[in-house]
Parts: sequence; C-alpha cells; structure tokens
Amino acid sequence: MMTRRRLARFAAGSGVPLASHDAWAYTATSNGWNMPTGVTQIAHSVHSLHMWVFLTCVAIGVVVFGVMLYSIINHRRSKHPNPANFHENVKVEIAWTIAPFVILICLAVPAAGTLIKMEDTRNSDLTVKVTGYQWKWQYEYVGQGVSFFSTLSHASNAARQLGAHGEGLSGSFSSADLKQLEQADGGHYLVNVDNPLYLPVGKKIRFLITSNDVIHAWWVPDFAVKKDAIPGYINEVWTKIDEPGVYRGVCAELCGRDHGFMPIVVHAVPEDEFEAFLKRQKDGDLEAQVPSAETVVGGAAPKAEPAVATTEVAAADTADSAAAAPPPPAKKALSEADLLAKGKTVYEANCQACHQANGQGMPPNFPALAGSTVANGPPEAHIEQILKGKKLMPPFAQLSDEEIAAVATFERTSWGNKGSVIQPDQVSALRQ
Amino acid sequence: MAHTHDDHAHGHDDHAHHGPDKGIMRWIKTTNHKDLGTLYLFFSFTMFFIGGLMSLVIRAELFHPGLQFVEPEFFNQMTTMHALVMIFGGVMPGFVGLANWMVPMMIGCSDLALPRVNNWGFWILPFGFAMMLSTLFMDGGGPAGGWTMYPPLMLQTGNAFPFLIFSIHLLGISSITGAINVVVTILNMRTPGMTLLKMPLFVWAWLITAYLLIAVMPVLAGAVTMLLTDKYFGTSFFNAAGGGDPVLFQHVFWFFGHPEVYILILPAFGVISTIIPTFARKPLFGYDSMVYALASIAFLSFIVWAHHMFTVGMPLAGELFFMFATMLIAVPTGVKVFNWVATMWRGSLTFETPMLFAIAFVFLFTIGGFSGLMLAMTPVDFQYHDTYFVVAHFHYVLVPGAVFSIIAAIYYWIPKWTGRMYNEKAGQWHFWLSAIFINLTFFPQHFVGLAGMQRRVPDYAVQFTDFNEISTIGAFGFFFAQFIFIFNMLACCYGWFGRKQDAPARVWEGAHGLEWTVPSPAPYHTFEEPPPLPESELASIGGGAHAH
Repeated sequence: MMTRRRLARFAAGSGVPLASHDAWAYTATSNGWNMPTGVTQIAHSVHSLHMWVFLTCVAIGVVVFGVMLYSIINHRRSKHPNPANFHENVKVEIAWTIAPFVILICLAVPAAGTLIKMEDTRNSDLTVKVTGYQWKWQYEYVGQGVSFFSTLSHASNAARQLGAHGEGLSGSFSSADLKQLEQADGGHYLVNVDNPLYLPVGKKIRFLITSNDVIHAWWVPDFAVKKDAIPGYINEVWTKIDEPGVYRGVCAELCGRDHGFMPIVVHAVPEDEFEAFLKRQKDGDLEAQVPSAETVVGGAAPKAEPAVATTEVAAADTADSAAAAPPPPAKKALSEADLLAKGKTVYEANCQACHQANGQGMPPNFPALAGSTVANGPPEAHIEQILKGKKLMPPFAQLSDEEIAAVATFERTSWGNKGSVIQPDQVSALRQ
Repeated sequence: MAHTHDDHAHGHDDHAHHGPDKGIMRWIKTTNHKDLGTLYLFFSFTMFFIGGLMSLVIRAELFHPGLQFVEPEFFNQMTTMHALVMIFGGVMPGFVGLANWMVPMMIGCSDLALPRVNNWGFWILPFGFAMMLSTLFMDGGGPAGGWTMYPPLMLQTGNAFPFLIFSIHLLGISSITGAINVVVTILNMRTPGMTLLKMPLFVWAWLITAYLLIAVMPVLAGAVTMLLTDKYFGTSFFNAAGGGDPVLFQHVFWFFGHPEVYILILPAFGVISTIIPTFARKPLFGYDSMVYALASIAFLSFIVWAHHMFTVGMPLAGELFFMFATMLIAVPTGVKVFNWVATMWRGSLTFETPMLFAIAFVFLFTIGGFSGLMLAMTPVDFQYHDTYFVVAHFHYVLVPGAVFSIIAAIYYWIPKWTGRMYNEKAGQWHFWLSAIFINLTFFPQHFVGLAGMQRRVPDYAVQFTDFNEISTIGAFGFFFAQFIFIFNMLACCYGWFGRKQDAPARVWEGAHGLEWTVPSPAPYHTFEEPPPLPESELASIGGGAHAH
C-alpha cells in the first residue's frame, strides 16, 4: 500500500504527504484506485463481476493490440515493401462475429444473476426512508417514529466555505492549503456529516428512496448501492451489511450548486448498539420539547453521542401532525448572545451555501440578506419564509423552534441589519 | 480555402459562376460546398477553442481539492456549457464540414443537392451559439443543470432558460437541414456506376448518420419544448406534483441522446476506414461487413437508450433488456475494429500524421469501447454510474475517438483542399504530444471514478488529489499542443512560411477515390459533368488491380 501511494505521489509530483491512511480512500474497502471490494454479499458479487469483465477486456485488448503492434512493427514499408491484396475472408469474418457473442454470454449470465438478486427487496428486517433535499439527506426509520436530517459536517463545511486562508477563493495551490484540507475534519474532508445514519449489521435493510425537490442519487460504494432519489417516485433498494464499520458515500446525481457537498455516512453497528441508538433517538424526541443546547445541528463529531435534531421529525412532513400533538410547554426566552452564537452555527450549516458567509448572497437566484427587506422587516414574514421556503429556497421547517429563532436573529442583526430579536415561541406560534 | 481564381483583373462575363465573390460577401452568400465546408470547419475549431477554455476552467478548479478559482454554481455552468459547445458546436459541425467538402467530391457531383439550404444551415449556427453563450452573462448565469437538462433541476435555471431552449432549436434545425442535404445528395447525385455498395465508406457512414439525425433531432426539440412549457405555461409533463413524470424526460432525452452518441462517432468510423487502407497500401478488409456493421450499430442505437439511466429504478425486465441490447453493440463494433486491424495486416505501412492519428483512434477508441462494455453490465453500472469512470469512458470515445478522427481527416485532405502540403515534422510533434497528454488527462479518471469520485463536482475528498493533478496537467498540455495543429493548417490555407501550391493530384500514393482524380487544390467547382468511375478508384472494394 505504501509503495502504491508513493508511486502515485511520485507520478503526480505533488510531494505532499497524505494525512493518513483513511484519507487515502474514503470508501472502507477500496485501495484508492479500484472499485471497493465491499462489505455486503452483493457488493462482493459486483466487485467480482467488475474484475471479470475488466480482465476479459484486458485479454481481448492484449490480443487485438498485440496483432496491431505486430503489424505496425513487421508490416511497415521498410520491412514489408509489397503489400498483400486480400480484402475479405468469410470464415474469419464469421468467426470474429460469433466469438464476441460467446464472450458476451459469459458476461451477461452472471450479471443477470446478480441483478436479479439486487432487485429482490422482499423480506426485509428494517425499512429506512431516504429523502434527498438540496442539499442534505433525511433518514426516517419507518414505523419507529425516528427521523433526522444529515448534512455536511460543520468542519468540512467551514473548510470549503472559507478556503485555506479564511477568505474565500484562494486562487493558489500551495501545499500548505492542501495539507490543511487533508487534516480538516479528522481526515474526512467532504465525506463527513453531522448526523450519521445508524444501521444494524446482519439485517436485510430496505431503503425507500425519494426526493423533495430535484433528482439526487444515494450512493454508498461499499454497499454497491446507488439509486436515484426522484420527486414523486419511491425507489426501493436493499443491503445487508456483513461487517461493522463506518461507510461513506456521496450524492451521485447532479442536484445543483452544492451537489458535491451532501455526503452520506453510515455507521454499521451490532444490533444491540442499533437498538440503543433508536432508543436514544426516541428519548431525545421527547426531551427535545425542552430547549437544550444539544439540539444544535452541525458541529457534532461523528464518534460523539449523536447530537440529533430530532425535534423537527414530524413537523417536517406535515404541519397538521404538529397541530394534533399536545400543546408544547412555553418556550424559554433566550438571551440575544445565546441566540446569536447558536444562530451562527445554524446559518453555516443551512443557509451559508446560498446566502454566503458575508450575507451578500449570489443574486439574483440567491438574494443578499444584508439589507434585505425580509431580514429588516416584521418577524412574522421572516419566520414564515424560513418555515415555508420561497422559490428556489426549500422549506426549513425541519429545524427546531430554537434553531429558527436563533438563525433568524443572527440574520436580522448581522451585516448591518437592524431587525428585531426573535424568540422560539414566536416561531412555534407560526407553525400552527 | 481554394484560392484558385486569378482573373480579378477583368469583370465577370459569361463565366460568372466560375469563381467566388470577393471579401466577406463571398462567405456570407456562398452556396459552394467547399466554401461552406471551410466555414463549418473554422466554426467547429472556434467552438473547440471556447469549449476547451471551459474545460481548462474545470480542470484548474479540480487540480486541488478546495475551491480555488470559481464558485460551485459557475463550475456547474462550465460543465454544462462545455458539453453543449463541444457536442453541438465542435464535433457535429466538424463532421458536417468534412461531409460538405468530401461527399460531393467522393461521389462525383458538382455540389450538394440543396446549396441554398446548405448556406442557411451553416449561418444558423453562429446565431444559435451566440445566443447560447450569451446566457453566461445573463442574470442568474448560464444553464447549470448539465447538458442532459434533467428536470426538475433544469427548471431552476434563471433567465438563461428560454434562450438555451431556443438556441437548441436553432442547432437542431441546422443539423436537420444539413442531414437532409446529405441524404438527398448521396441518393440522387452519385456518378453513374457508383452503386450504393461501391460508395466510399465515409459516404456510407454519413448517409447513416444523416438518417439518425433526421430521426432524433426532432425528439430533442420535443423534449426541450416540453421543458419550456413546463416552466412558462403551467404544463406538468415532467412535474410529479402535476401528474407528470420527471423520468419521462430522461427516456425522451436519451432516445435522442443515444443515437446522438453514434452521430458523433459513425462519421469517424468512415474517416478511419478511408485513411487506414491508404497508408497500409492495401484495400479495406471486409467492406460489406463494414457497411452492415454501421447499419447494425445505427439500428441498435435506438433500442439501448435506457442504459444511461439504470439507476432511476426501472423494472427488472427493463434493466435486463437494456443490458443485453447494449452488450450486443460490442459485436458490430468489434467487427469494425477487427476489420481495421486486418486491413493493416500484411500491408506496407507508413506512418504519416493522418495514419498516426488513425492508429491512435483504433487503440484509444477501443479502450473507450471496453469501458463501454463494462458500463453496459447493469449491476456493475450501478457502481460506475455518474462517476469519473463514465467521464473517462465517454471522453475516450469522443476525444481520441471523434476529435482525433476529425484531425486525421484534416491532415489527410488539407493538401487536396489547399494544394499545399502540411509540415510533416510539426504534424508528428502534434500527434505525439496529443496522444500523450490525452491519456494523461483521461486515464487517471478511470481510477478516481472507480474509487468513488462522483461527476460534476467542483471539490472532492483529498484522496483523489494525485490523480486529479495528473489529469489537469494533461488537459493543459493537450490544449496547448493543438496550436501546433492550428498553425500548421492555417499555414496551408494562407501559404505561410513560403508553402507552395505544389501538392500532386494524388497526394498519397496509396489513396483511391474520385477526389484524387482532380487537381490539388480542387477547383472551385468539381465534376460539373459526372466523371467516369474507374475500378481503380474504388478504394473500398479492392482498389488497384483487384476487380470485384
């Protein structure tokens, strides 16, 4: 492995040492230049098919290119001044039409077998609904009442937003910049999230994949699972993970500006740990009625206790269900300083991609917040827009009341804006 | 570029049609197939330059992880426009330019059948592309949803959207007029004795390509018009909330898109089948099977479209059908490669620049074909789909495939067009630099794609840095190497460096075909009378002493 890495680095001439083994391959079972061998039976089959068709191509290539090279060397004019004049040979032509057929059948039969297995989503032990949003994923454990959003981790987000020197596009390729990115986010730059998906090993897990806005694709290479998330469609796909571990993936279908910044992280854990995770989620769901500093989206280290935005679960889909729930206790008013501190974090995780760190946005699709009529106007309109979205802006009802209050306050008091402070109960009042 | 007239001293008399107009009006008013071929080729290379600059923006941003130069939104505009410009502005007009120049000279007629339509077809293009490129300067920027224009994402485009749709309509009209012209010309204007199965393979390839164009460009026009009405007139063709279907667009688009892929490569097959026999000094092996292979590929191209969308969640039966049909394409494509190799076998090979590019085509296109076979296998495609592996695959078939064949064709025929020989040494330098840099650019992309780097992203996990650095170096090298070619060809056009119009009629001793029976440069009007067709000029079926 070291040799390969050195060779690749030598060939690239970059001379920048890679931060860690982990950084060399974000997929757990890839050597950095080939398809991951995978951690499921299906992924193993897909990898074998890949190697089988690849080696078949290499064999055909050796023969065809070999003949061509022989001809180039030995039939050049200086060695072979008098050309032959043959121009057809029915037997040969039939042979090289039939032979590829035979080879193709040898490839197609095992491929069809694997495909049939991949499409068999019956008898699953657990169903997870995956919903794509611009630009995050929502996971819902169907029938468990547990659901949460998963976005690019705070550390990766900060590293890519600010550039190496903290001033946006750097325009340079210094090795210091590269080193900084290599070390950003614990060596998982761009392939880390705030709230990873937990799955049990050894269970057949069915994913129901859909989208809330444009088409995305949910891809975890180590599982050989890639399926488009399409609005109005629910696609099915399944996996059964053999080995516990952390498996990373990305959105594979172009979905707009931040397509490259909505990764997937799956923690595959033994069943008892998974049950404990579900229980924590359900408990957190109840506790979340009480405002707590832990419900911040973003910034959570992957190994830490999952700091989960569970409050919003039900509210995300229907405002009705929130209305049907028992009235929540009155929200505690927060100090402006608390709101601002929290609001900044929420802003960086959810808003900054479009509206930018300096609040200038990218007009006209992504308007400036600095000096905007919404951020300087009445609180209700501002909260409404965050809850319901507008034009290209998706709804952010999945954020908790505290988070919306905090981020709105942050927007209304930053970049010279002169809007009023917003408290969580103003948000909850408008949700109903 | 044939400056053959020297009678500008006296006014036009009864020979008014024997020479071109003067100055800019010659090019605006021209209905001459040679002039229009030249215009197409100049236009094509202008677009290659613009699209190439866009690819350099992409590669510069991807040299290192992190965002160095451009915002993600602009990056997406670059990937989208790069594809549209290269496909519709570079490769397609390039091949149309070659067809304009060569089809009448190869089949022995005086011009294309519909010369005024030909003029119109060309002059739509600069306006269409001016409109398309102007979207980059509009509010909200250019289209950024990928050249495949999938809704709903595409519907988020700003003011650029209707301009993009209208420019695509214009390009479609241009392509259809060009295609109709080629079909009518080939079917009606061949010199007596040239039956269909005696036509040069380049003519065959273009005949089939033209039918593909006529069949699928209207489908694209329909698809983008439905997008337009979805955005502005409240229809819901592709809007699930209104009872429509976002996946329907993909089916319709790829019903156009897959034959389009062959529109970009079949003329290349024709070029390669012309060049290899010349420099092997040996007739093309398996002429008939070459024609049948072209026709089979064209037919299969209509029933494999959904292999571009295996991950949308089709029924198992659909996935199996499209997998098997796609794999079948390997058979006729294999026949073509085997025939080219058999043509070289026991020939008497020399390696002038056109031959070098043709041989590189066979090697590198075949590599692209291998990755195509890998991609055809549905379960494995789930892993490859929308990664850099796919990017590597289609660039292998399009750059060292289609683009190398255009370059080879220009080297091969420019002495016939201008009467001046290109500089062979510069040609060899151009070839070796191109061949090395293009592999540096695209080969590493196989590795990053397999290891998990998705397409159309401006930033990536740090593990991919080394390969992306190599790729970027290759892209810049390839881009700058092309200027050797541009200067070499312009020198032929304009007689720079004291190049004389001294090329013989039969520029290459092993070449056969009616175009080599006229002087170099070819007169402004060739074959006002249908020429005789000696057996010796039937390069495709025997040539030389070999009667059929």
